[in-house]
Amino acid sequence: MRMAERDGHKAFAPKRAPSYDDVLNCIRCGLCLSVCPTYRETGTETNSPRGRVAMIRAAAEGKLELSRNFVDHMYRCLNCGACAAVCPSGVEAHEIVIDARVEIDNKLPQPAIKKWVFEGLLPSPARLEAAAWPLRLFQRSGLQWLAERTGLLNMLPYNLGKTAQLPPKLPMSPLRHRLPEVTPARGERRYRVAFFLGCAQSLLFAESSAATVRVLARNGAEVVTPRDSVCCGMPAMAYGDLDTALRLARRNIDIFERIDADVIVTDCATCGESGKQYREWLKHDPVYSEKAEAYSSRFMDISEFLAGIPLDDRLSEVKARVTYHDPCHLVRGQGVSSQPRKLLQMIPGVDFVEMKEANWCCGGAGTYAMTHYETSMKILDRKMANAAETDAEVIASGCPVCQMQLGYGVRRAGLEMQVTHAIALLDRAYRDR
Amino acid sequence: MDQMKRELIASLCSIVGEEWVLTTPEDLICYGYDASYLQDRPGVVVLPKSAREISEILKLSNSERIPVVVRGTGTGMSGGSIPNEASMVLSVTRMNRVKEIDLVNLVAVVEPGVITADLQAEVEKLGLFYPPDPASLKQSTLGGNVAEGAGGPRCLKYGTTKDYVLGLEVVLPTGEIIRTGGKLMKDVTGYNLTQLFVGSEGTLGVITEIILRLIPKPQAKRTAMAVFPRLEDATQTVTNLLGAGILPSTIEIMDNTTIRVVEEYLKMGLPVEAGAILIIEVDGREESIIPEIEEVGLVCQRSGASEVQVATTAEGCEALWKARRAVSPALGRLAPAKQGEDISVPRSAIPEMVRRIGEISRKYDLVIPVFGHAGDGNLHPNLLFDTRDHEMMERVHKAASEIFTAAIELGGTLSGEHGIGLVKQPYIARRLSPPVLGLMQRIKTTFDPNNLLNPGKMLYPEQP
Amino acid sequence: MIEQSALSELAGIVGKENLLTTPEDLACYGFDATPRLGGRPDAVAKPGSTQEVSKILQLANRAGFKVVPRGAGTNLSGGSVPIAGGLVMQMNRLNRILEIDSENLTALVEPGVVTSDLHAAVEAIGLFYPPDPGSMTVSTMGGNVAENAGGLRGLKYGVTRDYVMGLEVVLPSGDVITTGGKTVKNVTGYDLTRLMVGSEGTLGVITKILVRLIPKPETKKTMLVYYRTLGDAAETVSSIIAHRVIPPTLEFLDNVTVRCVEQYIHAGLPQDMEAILLIEVDGPASVVEEDAAKVVDVCRQHNAAEIQVSRSAEDSLRLAAGRRAALPALARIKPTMVLEDATVPRSQVAAMVRRVQQIAERHGLLIGTFGHAGDGNLHPTIVCDERDHDEMERVERAVDEIFHAALELGGTLSGEHGIGLSKAPFMTLEMKDAGMKAMVAIKRALDPNNILNPGKMYLDQFTQSHEPMGGVLGPRS
Repeated sequence: MRMAERDGHKAFAPKRAPSYDDVLNCIRCGLCLSVCPTYRETGTETNSPRGRVAMIRAAAEGKLELSRNFVDHMYRCLNCGACAAVCPSGVEAHEIVIDARVEIDNKLPQPAIKKWVFEGLLPSPARLEAAAWPLRLFQRSGLQWLAERTGLLNMLPYNLGKTAQLPPKLPMSPLRHRLPEVTPARGERRYRVAFFLGCAQSLLFAESSAATVRVLARNGAEVVTPRDSVCCGMPAMAYGDLDTALRLARRNIDIFERIDADVIVTDCATCGESGKQYREWLKHDPVYSEKAEAYSSRFMDISEFLAGIPLDDRLSEVKARVTYHDPCHLVRGQGVSSQPRKLLQMIPGVDFVEMKEANWCCGGAGTYAMTHYETSMKILDRKMANAAETDAEVIASGCPVCQMQLGYGVRRAGLEMQVTHAIALLDRAYRDR
Repeated sequence: MDQMKRELIASLCSIVGEEWVLTTPEDLICYGYDASYLQDRPGVVVLPKSAREISEILKLSNSERIPVVVRGTGTGMSGGSIPNEASMVLSVTRMNRVKEIDLVNLVAVVEPGVITADLQAEVEKLGLFYPPDPASLKQSTLGGNVAEGAGGPRCLKYGTTKDYVLGLEVVLPTGEIIRTGGKLMKDVTGYNLTQLFVGSEGTLGVITEIILRLIPKPQAKRTAMAVFPRLEDATQTVTNLLGAGILPSTIEIMDNTTIRVVEEYLKMGLPVEAGAILIIEVDGREESIIPEIEEVGLVCQRSGASEVQVATTAEGCEALWKARRAVSPALGRLAPAKQGEDISVPRSAIPEMVRRIGEISRKYDLVIPVFGHAGDGNLHPNLLFDTRDHEMMERVHKAASEIFTAAIELGGTLSGEHGIGLVKQPYIARRLSPPVLGLMQRIKTTFDPNNLLNPGKMLYPEQP
Repeated sequence: MIEQSALSELAGIVGKENLLTTPEDLACYGFDATPRLGGRPDAVAKPGSTQEVSKILQLANRAGFKVVPRGAGTNLSGGSVPIAGGLVMQMNRLNRILEIDSENLTALVEPGVVTSDLHAAVEAIGLFYPPDPGSMTVSTMGGNVAENAGGLRGLKYGVTRDYVMGLEVVLPSGDVITTGGKTVKNVTGYDLTRLMVGSEGTLGVITKILVRLIPKPETKKTMLVYYRTLGDAAETVSSIIAHRVIPPTLEFLDNVTVRCVEQYIHAGLPQDMEAILLIEVDGPASVVEEDAAKVVDVCRQHNAAEIQVSRSAEDSLRLAAGRRAALPALARIKPTMVLEDATVPRSQVAAMVRRVQQIAERHGLLIGTFGHAGDGNLHPTIVCDERDHDEMERVERAVDEIFHAALELGGTLSGEHGIGLSKAPFMTLEMKDAGMKAMVAIKRALDPNNILNPGKMYLDQFTQSHEPMGGVLGPRS
């Protein structure tokens, strides 16, 4: 029974209200408190999954309004899913929070910038790339260097100064422009793989995705990268803009439907999770439900794909002590965690060491570091302490936001560590041969 | 109320700092529940950092007559930290340091907000052991454990929280700060105030420091799961094991309903057709536990077990414990609400008690899963219900009442480890005679003349 | 004074033969084993049942006389001394072991049961009741519970409080209550059981005791170890525990004590050792072998001069004899023996012993220190003559310094003997005002007319000089 159908449920409208059973199933045992990063760092009940579910239930029962404070609390969740992983009653608190955000998006006036980003930028790769220019200029003109040295950045409001320092140095041109639509397989062609190039990878970590394509080609895959794929939609969903998210999903489904490929592969954990979720998002859509099913069922993370095929074993040595950080969208969102480790340990010279709490969120969570800087940093600091303990020289991961966050963390903690995508390391091992 | 409230809040802010006084509707919702099925909303929430701050708060509470409800992480199962609109929730979660681990005297000194599992991890790194292991140990706080007299599976061999508290620092309801006990193993100076506060459910004082006894960590352990086609055989096996001179560290029981619901949640291949399973752990020296666990297996088989599996790796052992700890929360899948009872009977009465619970469940047509610490007689029959179904609630109340009656008849008591709180209050007079209740009431009044600390809990159904 | 009418009523309750009033009788019930303390009761009653006890207390409230419960009178802190006159209530008629439940591992006894009799009864069926106070062949379970007695086995097994599962108590009002029960776990209501344990007869009269039993350990080994220096002995104590061996017994004797013991029993103990340790390990045979070997190793690492290990039960007894002779040996040297009970954390044992030695030197006294080093519970024993007033003055100053030393080192006034009268003056040092107020408040709540064992534990003296706690006392109207 949808919450909106009950009497007195004023806050939530029918479209995507959490089901009453979902929130009712929470028996408040508190198990989620032991794994929630925001609870661990703040110790306040409102910052816990149990608390968030309680607030949502209260809102649904008319006991709480969608106040400023309520909205604020809903956006403190990292959506890392650690709570759902341990909940014995099967409550997915992080999903329920998204439902609440959708409701907030529907019912309350949203800041103009949100509309601009989600409806204006995300659906258009060209416009998104154009919007990156100011940052690129800031970084390359010397302005960033100056602002950092003079402390000017610290004077900016809303942590804008810190926000400006989060991203890595942007490549001069996004990968979307440089990557050919079809990359031929090296040697015998054994697979035809459609590559989903995520916007963050294209803009921020172009070389990383280029490496992914190289590794695929090296292993007998012909890689097809459509130029016109759009943002996977997860950022929109995370901010409650359901309409945009679905629109983007449909667009991508249309684009990839045209491509005749065995699988659709991506090297961005977030794009991977949303790709696999399209079947859920669109299950009530009369036209797209079947297509979404087809799309999601052939969607894979790069490490999943590679770990499942016989690989070219002509690898040169990469002598390094390597540890791995599990992106939330990969380990919990897709259940993928052993594959990247298997691939890393295949590389000769790699001394793989497991870090403590490897699958705890890094605090990146999309735009969390920008919107909730203090909490994000507390979470990041803990991750860095765990990483430092391993004495590793390289932290490998599988998500651009994690990579950005960990990169910032390494600089912040003054550690001599490289942050890289796991597959990029594999590419390095292939390169010399 | 508003004017006073504003002044009150201003005073609280000056004691703990504005940041730590919570008043928004969202905060009030989140600090109004625990892990029972009860919920209410306090008037304000305050999070102090020290005994001195708590002392000021309690003095303020006495002068303004504002009831105070103490809270750890709110994982109690008896409603002990449920507030009401007129009251203030005092959360001790900010006081979460392990102040000292004294390796020579084998004690740990901790603040009340330390999570039990965190202390255990720290001391185990040093080869030491803090045995009490309530199932909520990853979430619950030591302060809460002490206030409720928490137990756990290992109580069979090692005793409960009560047996490990050597000393406390407590802020009395009128604001005085006292210390009881100390780091000493032997101390008969004065009345035993320490154990008076243990299990006092937040009605006699606010605990601000705890001195805990530690013991050497057992060298090794082995965990076995014995599968019984018949529930009766499982319950009888408890006595058989102890009679054979074996003292396992735990003997836990799970009946068929609980096995099924955990299997559904964890999918680990539990025997869903069994009448019951026993999870038995022995610990100690490597040389002695191997023959011991074998003996355990033999006794179980002689007592009717169809199969005995012994976990040989740490992962296997942890998996069994994960299953056991998951029972209470997993039962939440079966019905919208549940009340886990916590009756305790003498060990010899376990088979009879389990049999009677079966009878009661049939009589009232309710599913009442039973699991718990069979080794020490502390069982958790869980009543499952939907609060919207009034007819069912009638049957549930009657069944609960009969379960308590049966426990007391068999020489047992209402609560082995969860406390009385709100949930068992209606039954307290069956177990405690009028002179005893009168005595406890006098003790309460002595410490808390204005009845402001956690009023209406445990023994006193009236509000101030 | 007890009025005649009350005496007649008492005779009616217990029977004439159980009410003692002659001067000779009264002279025998005015003291216990605490040196220099004595009082004189007005009468002695020997009740034969819980009901009789209840009636007596009700009468005491009505007629306004004091009541002092008494077991075997072996108390070392004056707990059973009737300083304010009144009625001594001798509990020895209630001396049956009512039940031994081998399924639930409990024993139900009356307060007058002699502790070692209980030991014998349960050991005969392979069970074990660990607390073994030095007086166990004479002292009673009721007394043990009232004082929370300890014993040599306390280190591993705990003290009386750890074994009391339930009680039947007659409150000062005459109400009979039961606390606790046979369940291993019980959090129903406040823990009145443990409030009563160690309450030194000031909160109620215990009429039944339910204790927990454990399986009897399979076997044990005893070791007697000599040390040339105190520091080595003390470090051995910590080291054994650090090696994760918890021996049931880890006893210490200092040089003064050893000399006195040797004079008395001629066991061939060396006169020049600064310290001797008596260590026992018990459990299953394999564990005992392993533990004993570890202990011997540790002792050697800490420069033990000689180690003797028992090879049989008789051997064990022989080796332990020295420790058990400590008290009698010291007692023979001079008429008066002031046996203190100051306890410190284990890590401070050596420091405490040295302080005591310094205090002895400073005041020109003979002080032997022995005791349960494993749990920090030491017995500095001052040997003196109460007829020598000069010496007794010095003794008082020494005792004062010993308490201060213990408290300074993070310890307590009493590890097992209780406060009673003898340590009462030092209570505020340790309990501080707030703690005393809490205690007084509890006493008042249970015994508003202050009839039960008055004058003990400093409660009365404190009340006279301080404001009550919280501003309001007494039951809510």
